[in-house]
Amino acid sequence: MNNSMTMNDGRAPEPAHSVRGYIFVFIALLAGTFLTVWASFIQFGSREINIAVALAIASVKAFLVVAYFMHLISERKMIYCVMGFTAFFFAGLMGLTIWSLSPNSLVHMPHVP
Amino acid sequence: MDFPYIVEPRRDTGLYNAKLGIWLFLASEVMLFGALFSAYVLLRVGAEPGMWPHGWLNVYIGTANTIVLITSSITTVMAWVSCKLRQYGRFKFFHALTILLAMTFVCIKSYEYHDKFTHYEITLANGKFADGHLVERSKDFDLAKKTGRVTIHGHEVEHEVELMDMQRPEARHIQREELTIPATDIKKMERYGPWHHTYLAIYFTLTALHAFHVICGALVIGFLWGPGSRMWKTDPERFTNRVEVSGLFWHFVDLIWIFLFPVLYLL
Repeated sequence: MNNSMTMNDGRAPEPAHSVRGYIFVFIALLAGTFLTVWASFIQFGSREINIAVALAIASVKAFLVVAYFMHLISERKMIYCVMGFTAFFFAGLMGLTIWSLSPNSLVHMPHVP
Repeated sequence: MDFPYIVEPRRDTGLYNAKLGIWLFLASEVMLFGALFSAYVLLRVGAEPGMWPHGWLNVYIGTANTIVLITSSITTVMAWVSCKLRQYGRFKFFHALTILLAMTFVCIKSYEYHDKFTHYEITLANGKFADGHLVERSKDFDLAKKTGRVTIHGHEVEHEVELMDMQRPEARHIQREELTIPATDIKKMERYGPWHHTYLAIYFTLTALHAFHVICGALVIGFLWGPGSRMWKTDPERFTNRVEVSGLFWHFVDLIWIFLFPVLYLL
C-alpha cells in the first residue's frame, strides 16, 4: 500500500490520501472473486487441490479486507491482542476439527452406516 | 453523567470505547461462524462417498452477490472517509449506496431460497428419481390419498447419486423438460429445504445467519443515514466514530461471505 496508510494518533489511517488504496483493494477483491470462480472450473488433479486453491484465494481476499478496509494493519496493540487470542482459539477449533477426523485421534468417532 | 472515552481515545490503549467493543464483538463472531464452519467440515467429510452435492447452487448468482457485497464494502469505507473529510453530502450518498446494495444482496438471497423451496426430488414407485422445479399441482393432488398429479420442469435419473454432482460434464448436457407425474407413481416427494440433505441444512444455517447479519448491519447503517445522522450537527467526531464502528461490522459480514461463497457454491 502507499505510505498514506499511516497512523492517525493510533487510530484509523488518514483518509484523504488512502482513497486510491481502497480502490486498489476493491479491484483486487473483484479480481480475486473472478479468479476463484475460474479456478473452480479447472481440474487440478484432485478435489483437495481445488479446495486448497479456493481457500488460498479466499484467505488473500480476507487479508485485504481485514488489513485495509478494517485498518488492522495500522491498529493499536490492544486490537492485535484481541485478534491474536481470537486467531489462537479459531486455529485450535479448526485444528481439533481436523484432528478429530484422524482414526488415531482420541475423539475419533467411527462411521456408523 | 458523562462516560469517558466515547470520542477521545484512552491514553493507555489508544482506543475509544466503541472501537474496543466492536473488535471484542467481532472476536466472538469469528468463533460463532468458526463453529459452523467446523460443523460443515465434519458433515462433508462424514458424508457417504459421492453423496456430497456439487453444483446445486447457481454460481453466477453467487458471484453476483459476492460482487454486491464487495462493492458495499468500499461504499462503506468511502462513507467513513467522507465523514473524516467533513463531506456530509458524500457520506449520505455512499451510505445510501451501501443500504441499496445490502437490500440487493438480501433480494438475491431470497430469490435463491425461493428457487430451492420450489425444487423437488421425487422418488418414484419404480425406483427411479425425478428432479426439478415445480410447475403446477392439480387441484386434487394429495400424496397421502394418491390422487391428482404434479408437473415439474426437470429430468429423471436411475439412481439418486446421479443427482449429487451437477458439475460433472454429463450433467451439463441434461435435457430438462416438463414431466407430469401421477400421485400413484410417487413414493416420496421432498423439496430442497434444510431437511432434504445435510448440505442444504448447513447451507441454510450458514447463509441465513449471514443474511441476518446483513439485515442487522443494514438497519444500523440505515439508522446512521437517517435519524442517527442528526448527531453530525452536534458532535461530528462522535458520529464519525459510529460510522467507523458500523463499517467494521459491515466489513466483517463481507469477510464471512468471502469464505462462504467458495465453500458452498464452488467446492
